[in-house]
Amino acid sequence: MQANTAPSLPLLRLSGERCLLAEYGQEVDAAVNEKVRCIALLLSQAQHAGIDEIVSSYSTLALFYHPEQITIQKLEQLLRECEQKLAQTPVPEARTIMIPVCYGGVFGPDLDYVAQHNKLDAKAVIERHSAVLYRIYAIGFAPGFCYLGGLDESLHTPRLETPRNLVSAGSVGIAGSQTGIYSQDSPGGWRIIGRTPMTLFDADQSEPCPYCAGDNVRFQAVNEETYHAILAGKNA
Amino acid sequence: MSAALRIINPGACTTVQDLGRPGQAHLGVPVSGALDDYAHRVANWLVGNPPSCATLEMTMVGAEIEVLIPCQIALAGADMDLVINGQPMLQWQSYVVNKSDRIRLGLAKNGCRTYLAVSGGIDCPQVLASRSTCLSGRLGGYEGRMLKAGDILACGRPAATEYTKRRLPWSPRYTETIVVRAISGPQDDWFTQHNQLFFASIYSLSPQSNRMGCRLQGPAIIRDTNAPENLLSIPIAAGNVQIPADGQPIVLFREQTIGGYPCIATVLSCDLWRLAQAQPGATVHFTEVSLEGGQKISSDWHRFFAAIENSTYYVGVENLQ
Repeated sequence: MQANTAPSLPLLRLSGERCLLAEYGQEVDAAVNEKVRCIALLLSQAQHAGIDEIVSSYSTLALFYHPEQITIQKLEQLLRECEQKLAQTPVPEARTIMIPVCYGGVFGPDLDYVAQHNKLDAKAVIERHSAVLYRIYAIGFAPGFCYLGGLDESLHTPRLETPRNLVSAGSVGIAGSQTGIYSQDSPGGWRIIGRTPMTLFDADQSEPCPYCAGDNVRFQAVNEETYHAILAGKNA
Repeated sequence: MSAALRIINPGACTTVQDLGRPGQAHLGVPVSGALDDYAHRVANWLVGNPPSCATLEMTMVGAEIEVLIPCQIALAGADMDLVINGQPMLQWQSYVVNKSDRIRLGLAKNGCRTYLAVSGGIDCPQVLASRSTCLSGRLGGYEGRMLKAGDILACGRPAATEYTKRRLPWSPRYTETIVVRAISGPQDDWFTQHNQLFFASIYSLSPQSNRMGCRLQGPAIIRDTNAPENLLSIPIAAGNVQIPADGQPIVLFREQTIGGYPCIATVLSCDLWRLAQAQPGATVHFTEVSLEGGQKISSDWHRFFAAIENSTYYVGVENLQ
């Protein structure tokens, strides 16, 4: 069942009496994630009665539904119809969100460690980290926290041995092969290399996050002056 | 919107909760909400509130509270030895209280969580259309945190102009042995060797359980030797029974949106309140139901609630203390 890469995808899995999972593979794969994003988009645009919520992760789509209004047979049919439509219906391209980051200094206390660990200088770490177009494979763990794929192998660094009690919101970090941004103040063990002045989660906004799963992110190195200017503009 | 309650002693973990904020998982925001929605809904019904009103959820040790304005209150859930102005009182019924009255709750005798409803509902700013506290995300409720001594809570305007004293003619039993119904999956095919063991075993609730989930101790459930090594994080549904590497199951509540452990089974949403009321040391047993069977049980449960909420059962003043 696990080795299923045959045309019988998606693999449907029951997650209780009100949630159906559609699994399109078990790989971190941009093409699979793109397919998941497109199907989620088509399904949510159609606003089918009985489907409450659609949540996507790496290669899996969750449909939260009301069994009083819709059966899983019908859900399966809708998933297959969406898949067929993908060829004909263009879905909007994934957005690319630019995230300004002030690397190093007080904002990135672990930048030098990441450089030493990978036998690079700090400048090279910044260049490599901001050169990649990262894909948001999932949002979770904390409100607005995104799981990014695509970190340059030469930047992989283990987590801190002792996590910090407080990592400021906006901190950009590396943990093993992952990179990500702390969306809110929290304890954390990632190696912090910089900070963005952008707000990544604001419950008071109609769109609380500037991105969604399936979008792309690019980091843009800015100096401290620009960091403060953006921050000032945001709070103005 | 007037100041209604002042917290004198918050108890062990007291938070503002309502029916939660569904529909935000794509933002990484969990549903949260009252873990025992049965007791939460009944507490609201007792004071004439719709189920969407916010209540105070108290865990294991209840709060001591000063009343600041005349209002109607009710407590439903675990028996925490309710005392009003020094007099022992019954839970599962409503009382009119006045300025300077004191409500005091103690240690949970059976069950784990008690809900305090006040006429008009606890009022605090809505965050993403809910007043629920999400402790991990530090949002909603009262400043996104557990209540502390000195906190002052407002209440909304009551739906009715006159108070009707209500009592639930029964109360749910919170037993030391808890049986919950569950549907196999989503990753039951990772555990084909141990599915039977899981449904046949008796587990004990670990004291490490919290609003995130129920940690269980018992026979280890080990994945099949040919099962994948890792699971790419998947969207979580409340009731998912995660099996981490040590084989000790964790039943998730509504505080997590995605997770990376395979889930052998999922508890029916209508049985989660039983786990929310389980004290540390309680025994938990899972019974397997089919999808069709589980959907029928779940739909019946929703109809049962609608019936309670539409009923107007109340008792005369002489029957109340």
